[in-house]
Amino acid sequence: MIIPQALDPVTALKQAMPDAVEDVREYGGDITIVVKPDHLQAVSQYLRDTSGLVYNFLSDVSAVDYYPDYNRPGRFGVSYHILSLLYKRRLRVKVYLPEEAPSVATVTTIWPGANWLEREIADMMGIDFVGHPDLRRLLMPDDWQGHPHRRDYPLGYETVMFSFNADEIMKHKPHATD
Amino acid sequence: MGIISSKLGNLGVVTTTLDQAINWGRTGAMWPLLFGLACCAIEYMSTQASNYDLSRFGMELNRASPRQADLLIVSGRLTRKMAPVVRQLYDQMAAPKWVIAMGDCASCGGVYNNYAIVQGADEIIPVDVYVAGCPPRPEQLLHGILTLHEKIKGESIRDWAAPVETIRV
Amino acid sequence: MALQTAANTNDPMAEWAGSLEQLKGLVTERALTGETMLLNMGPHHPSTHGVLRLLLELDGEEVITCLPDIGFLHTGIEKNIESKSYEKAVPLTDRMDYLAPMSNNTAYCLAVEKLVGLDVPERAQIMRVICLEMTRLNSHLVWLGTHAIDLGAMSVFLYCFREREELLKMFEMLSGQRMMGSYMRPGGVWRDFPPEFLPMLENFLGYFPSRVDDYEALLTKNPIWMDRTQGVGVIEPEKAMAWGVSGPSLRGSGVAWDLRKSMPYSGYDMFDFNVPVGEHGDVYDRFMVRIREMRESVKIMQQAIKRLPAKGPFRSDNRKFVPPPRAELGQSMEAVIHHFKLWTEGFAAPDEEVFVAIESPRGELGCYLHGTGGNKPRRVHFKTPSFMHISSLPVMTHGHLIADLVAIVGSVDVVLGDCDR
Repeated sequence: MIIPQALDPVTALKQAMPDAVEDVREYGGDITIVVKPDHLQAVSQYLRDTSGLVYNFLSDVSAVDYYPDYNRPGRFGVSYHILSLLYKRRLRVKVYLPEEAPSVATVTTIWPGANWLEREIADMMGIDFVGHPDLRRLLMPDDWQGHPHRRDYPLGYETVMFSFNADEIMKHKPHATD
Repeated sequence: MGIISSKLGNLGVVTTTLDQAINWGRTGAMWPLLFGLACCAIEYMSTQASNYDLSRFGMELNRASPRQADLLIVSGRLTRKMAPVVRQLYDQMAAPKWVIAMGDCASCGGVYNNYAIVQGADEIIPVDVYVAGCPPRPEQLLHGILTLHEKIKGESIRDWAAPVETIRV
Repeated sequence: MALQTAANTNDPMAEWAGSLEQLKGLVTERALTGETMLLNMGPHHPSTHGVLRLLLELDGEEVITCLPDIGFLHTGIEKNIESKSYEKAVPLTDRMDYLAPMSNNTAYCLAVEKLVGLDVPERAQIMRVICLEMTRLNSHLVWLGTHAIDLGAMSVFLYCFREREELLKMFEMLSGQRMMGSYMRPGGVWRDFPPEFLPMLENFLGYFPSRVDDYEALLTKNPIWMDRTQGVGVIEPEKAMAWGVSGPSLRGSGVAWDLRKSMPYSGYDMFDFNVPVGEHGDVYDRFMVRIREMRESVKIMQQAIKRLPAKGPFRSDNRKFVPPPRAELGQSMEAVIHHFKLWTEGFAAPDEEVFVAIESPRGELGCYLHGTGGNKPRRVHFKTPSFMHISSLPVMTHGHLIADLVAIVGSVDVVLGDCDR
């Protein structure tokens, strides 16, 4: 079986969809292509189906919250880490989403494995994935309010107990006796 | 016990108190609930396995159904989502029942002081013995179980049995 | 559609317990009419390998739909790490996949090293390979013991844990802790191998292959085992790749993808080993792949022990990131300054993102790390193999009986701490 020649993903994508690519960054050997959120599904389809690229394995979908720094073109960034099993290389596709009603199209139609990865981000960061088949809470209980992985959500810890505040804390801490 | 057994000789009779007999029965074979949450459950499985055998305490048989179990070993971190489940399991167990909080997470929340973890299983169920460690070594868990046995041997029927009303005829 | 919670539906009577309306799109029509039964294989169950809740739609004994419900072990480790410096976060990573703690440590440490550009000396890389393969054996032994006991072979559990005790003694020799050693640190490992470690490991590797022969003698050609596992839980390779299945579960379907061979890390390209691949993608093939992987791990460790340089640094000596050894503190003022800065504040990492994936015993464990420019991470996300495998359970279990479901959940080797983090 002849394996087609591997293409450079950045040049191929810029040629095929010049208005989808916003930025290309490189750090530590990883290439990141920043795309506009509206073009995400088209870009993903292109990367998976084009011979010479064949990014057929979705490794990870991660979301970052840039609060309170706001030093990126949007409060949230969603990174899609894709892997080509044929050419043994990775690529990162990133989209930046605004603070008000962050939403982006789902990629479950292209990589079904994104189903739970996107559901976790919807649960923990509050980002809406348009077209997702089943967007319920995944890790938190169903009636939980808030999105824990956001940076303005408190860690929610119990005050550390020392001898001077032990009695005060024990007064308010629930304790089961039966 | 000495005088009477020397008089009765080899009749195979032993005298004791009711408290001691009941506590001997309770500690002899306490059946734990087949329940494991996280990493401490793996150390519990190691304690159950042949190197640090739990069968010698009669605890070889883990019952999957809480109705048939005596001992609930909360082994692992207790999350807020799992807390109602554990409470329901505890309620389903029939008295006499005991709880061992195995590990730091079950005793006090452990390494995790955040939104998702209940800071100690004793917030929702009453705990008899706390075993420290992250995860506790099998020897530590065995020490915890033996401490529970000591605690039970110190109990008396007067503490938990309701007084019987005498009926005057 | 926006996130639906029980709190934001308008129905005041909508409690999650038993409301069929909320399951409308997820189960077939026959469940809503009552023709098929909805059964809860709850978080407390002897065979679900941790606190996993499966909502099953059953037509008699046959599974039509299987809806996994996770989150009963969600610990918030990722958010906890955001409030710790990079080195202090290593013990938190131990506790995610608690059967393979050193794999989680390695994924995180490799990500930190990539983020700050830290080198790892060759001796430390080989030490890491030895520890990772010991962790792989450890994890596969627990998998085999629990999988076999779920399907009824109870003595295999006791034999596997007997071998595990030896491995745990060796871990205790290295790091002081049987399981959660936090032995891997950014830049290398925590401390050098003690002198009694390598002889004990060589002795163990001498008799371990014969123990694997014992397990195979009990199970591989056993007619009951073959009946219960062959043809069960088949997943085709294209579907497996599409659903993000990786590791031995993917190799059982015939895809020869192993990150140690295809995209090597930490010096794995120095070693010669085979990647066992299955054929049919059923439970039996995944079982055989892991058994053969145990033998390959023994081979890798024997080669690594030979290649290990007798003397050398076990951790990088870049003092901007790695604290100096205590002996140096009495000699050098710079060492005292570095020690102070690193243990109070920690080192700073740039405002960039990296992604590193390793081959954990379960599959591809990915660590996404984003720095702030300060001493604490902005975001850490772990893509854990158990998370993807549980999401692919509906695909694997469609049309099987409940007893097969137990075999399938055991064969994909899920650990709920790994899934929920």
